Amino acid sequence: MNLLRVWWQRLIAPLDGSLMLISGLLVLLAIGLMSSASPERMGMQLANVATALIVMRVVAGIAPQHLMRLALAVYVFGLLLLIAVALFGDISKGARRWLNLGFMRIQPSELMKIAMPLLLAWFFQQRENRLRPADYAIAALLVLAPVALIARQPDLGTAILVLAAGFYVIFFAGLPWKIIAGIVAVALAAAPVAWNLLHDYQQQRILTLFDPEKDPLGKGFHIIQSTIAIGSGGLFGKGWRQGTQAQLEFIPERHTDFIFAVFGEEFGLLGNLVLLTLYGFLIARGLLIAAQAATLFGRLLAGAITMIFFTYAFVNMGMVTGILPVVGVPLPLVSYGGTALVTLFTGIGILMSIHKNRMLVQK
Amino acid sequence: MKFDSPQEGLGRFRSRLAVAGGFVLFCFILLLLRFAWLQIIQHGYYQTRAEDNRIALVPIVPNRGLIVDRNGVVMARNFPAYTLEITPSRAGNLEQTMDALAAIIDIQPKDRKRFRKLMEESKNFESLPIRTRLTDAEVAQFVAHRYRFPGVDIKARLFRQYPGAAFASGVLGYIGRITDRDLEKIDDAELDANYRGTDHFGKTGLEQRYEFELHGTTGFEQVEVDSGGHAVRTLSSTAPVPGNNLTLTLDAELQRIAEQAFGERKGALIAIDPATGGILAMVSMPNYDPNLFVDGIDSQSWRELNESPDKPMVNRAINGAYPPGSTFKPFMALAALTYGKRTPQQAIADPGFYNFGNHLFRDDKKGGHGMVDMYKSIVESCDTYYYMLANDLGIDAIARFMGELGLGRRTGIDIEGEGEGTLPSPEWKKKRFKKPEQQKWYAGETISIGIGQGYNAYTPIQLAQAVATLANNGVMFRPHLVQYITDTKTGKKTLIEPQPLKKLDWKPEHIEVIKQAMIGVNKEGTGARAFAGAEYVSGGKTGTAQVFSLKGADYKHHTLKQELRDHALFIAFAPAEAPKIALAVLVENGGFGAQAAAPIARQVLDYYLLGKRPNAPALADEAAVEADPAENGE
Repeated sequence: MNLLRVWWQRLIAPLDGSLMLISGLLVLLAIGLMSSASPERMGMQLANVATALIVMRVVAGIAPQHLMRLALAVYVFGLLLLIAVALFGDISKGARRWLNLGFMRIQPSELMKIAMPLLLAWFFQQRENRLRPADYAIAALLVLAPVALIARQPDLGTAILVLAAGFYVIFFAGLPWKIIAGIVAVALAAAPVAWNLLHDYQQQRILTLFDPEKDPLGKGFHIIQSTIAIGSGGLFGKGWRQGTQAQLEFIPERHTDFIFAVFGEEFGLLGNLVLLTLYGFLIARGLLIAAQAATLFGRLLAGAITMIFFTYAFVNMGMVTGILPVVGVPLPLVSYGGTALVTLFTGIGILMSIHKNRMLVQK
Repeated sequence: MKFDSPQEGLGRFRSRLAVAGGFVLFCFILLLLRFAWLQIIQHGYYQTRAEDNRIALVPIVPNRGLIVDRNGVVMARNFPAYTLEITPSRAGNLEQTMDALAAIIDIQPKDRKRFRKLMEESKNFESLPIRTRLTDAEVAQFVAHRYRFPGVDIKARLFRQYPGAAFASGVLGYIGRITDRDLEKIDDAELDANYRGTDHFGKTGLEQRYEFELHGTTGFEQVEVDSGGHAVRTLSSTAPVPGNNLTLTLDAELQRIAEQAFGERKGALIAIDPATGGILAMVSMPNYDPNLFVDGIDSQSWRELNESPDKPMVNRAINGAYPPGSTFKPFMALAALTYGKRTPQQAIADPGFYNFGNHLFRDDKKGGHGMVDMYKSIVESCDTYYYMLANDLGIDAIARFMGELGLGRRTGIDIEGEGEGTLPSPEWKKKRFKKPEQQKWYAGETISIGIGQGYNAYTPIQLAQAVATLANNGVMFRPHLVQYITDTKTGKKTLIEPQPLKKLDWKPEHIEVIKQAMIGVNKEGTGARAFAGAEYVSGGKTGTAQVFSLKGADYKHHTLKQELRDHALFIAFAPAEAPKIALAVLVENGGFGAQAAAPIARQVLDYYLLGKRPNAPALADEAAVEADPAENGE
């Protein structure tokens, strides 16, 4: 009995109570939602959750200084995989995103969501207290190389997330406001050029955003049906498993990217408030961990990972409610899919590790 | 440069965190406002729309238009058949499902392979065929066991069928399942809505070029669905409009006779109505059976077709480029008359060779043809005459004349995949080669251009268009396959109007000289054996195109490997006084044009003009060379 308790204590030692609580609630909510949106996938999602939790526990047990040593290797490995995808990746649904290893297919761009902040945090840690303006340019290059490869696949959603991940680290590292303002100005000026570089289907998604009714059976179908679902949910929702939009399969991709439409339809505005609050707590906890972290590496990494969570949540809910273009970003911890779940829980594991080690390596 | 102290760094980091936190808050409030807008203010509107949604729109796929020949013979049609389909997302374990299905219905490994290929190419929730063309017994078998197979269903669908099987495949092309590339085309044409429910798309040939004509307008059925998503009753429906029918200029029987005339040989034939540009027959041999592609081709057949050294998937008639050989000579002669470099009577003494610089260009006839005027130069196919003529005309004049005649330019035929060929000129050479020493045009290169060798390479359809233009006294048409398109709803026929492309600036008396010489070819020259006893007057010209340079050695047909043998060519028009048909024939590695290509042309002309059917393929007339010494002149 005693042995069991010691073993249990050791198992949960690196874990953080509040992060466990919040992510646990979100995962429970996801399972409940899955049983409404796509019951046949519940078993698989449970297996995904179990895998992701194991990964989280393993990552949480790795001290930040060890993570730091891995940073460069993981990044280079990820970049090589992306190049491999560009050269001989599998094509599915018109995009070259997958690498077939024979026994399994992997999506290397997913790895970059973690590898990117890891590398940049390491990079700025190396330059702590002797940061030169040129270092920001180097950091920008490190961000843009994988982002360009991912955008080319094409996978705009992941490209945006990886770009955001990189930007957050650079921002937290102290990128001067003047430069940020400059980037914004250039971006606005370059928007027409960038527009022409987008793939047709990406342009179409943005155009449809402004007027989905123009193409009700084609491009606008996703957005129209998801806004109908959410709007018809009203204040209290139609009730669990009672959403007509969800149950009659009007919501496309209703177990993955558009699962929030199912939630909004069945649980209404109150449900949405609860969900936003949960994400709010998760983000607040993450930012707090960042503020208390022992090293610059920990601070930057924790800050960036937290903000990636925010980006996931905001972009997903924004696109499902029709205020952002549909770019293929899942609702964090809720959407079906093993890869994204493992990535997100890896992030949570890193946050936990940084938090547990906040006192140990004090300068 | 001043660096931050650790304390300053930490302070700034925390202020940045605060900014980030503020940003998060701002974005979440934005979301909240959006939620409130949708779920409170607009709630009533969206509730109505959700209610309306219970009425589902089910697309009804239209029948694809028919393709018929000029006499109404059906070349592509549809037939209804049952298919066994699996929706992968609902079927659970696919391998188990297929194993269980195989126990009650015949499912071959080939079917499974095809199914897996389809799955890779398709979107998640599509229903995909595992078996097509079920028999009634098989349908009954499955229906009895249906409860065991969620996500598996029998569907009645219309299938495309090409009744001729391996026939006119280069013309018709085929349809196959829609791929992402096809979706892009549908997108570009803004026809997404019309293609809901459609899973096939034209891939090559007429099926591809006239896809949007053939497809038709998708109908819709408004169905009330219960909460389980099952249709309760039909509220209203809009019938689909079948696709438009294509009526071709092609004569299917002529096409069949032409294909059979080739037997086992490779090659191409194009027959054109000179007065309209309408294509009467377009052959590329070997051909293939387009029916293989309709349900999705299995990987083994696909590999066989693609890796065959005979290249059945290449449409030689429009995409193969071949040196024209001596079929080039009538056009050279016409150029000479048009540019005033020769008169018809002007004769040369042919010693059997032409000396240019240090190089001896040899005529195939040892000792030469004696005194040769223009008529004799074409009838006996004298090389020396054209070596000299090429030199006198110069490469620029040749390139200008042949370019205006459409050689080395796409004709604009109404199917995709047309090749350009090569019209040699100093400009072309500059573009074609990178090294400066290769870019220079040598005067010696002009000499062999004169007899249709050298860099000359044209597609059979370009040759056919050139002959047709000559037969039509210089008035050129765009070769086309579709005569008119019939709107199935209104019955209105849209004629593909035969608009003359241009009138070439040739003198009638010059045209007459060339035509008379070509008539002479079939009467007393290299084409005489093949056209012996013909009940009509025809003009022709044989040609033999070198595949392999013999470097001075004698050409011996039988000692050479098959793929190194010369290509045989023949061009013709008939009846000579008012041509109704002009054609170009090419037999790959067939040897002499008179032996291999002219007999094919004879069978085609005999059928088209007299309705005479041949008894057997137009096998090579091996005796032609020995019997007629003039043949050597090719």
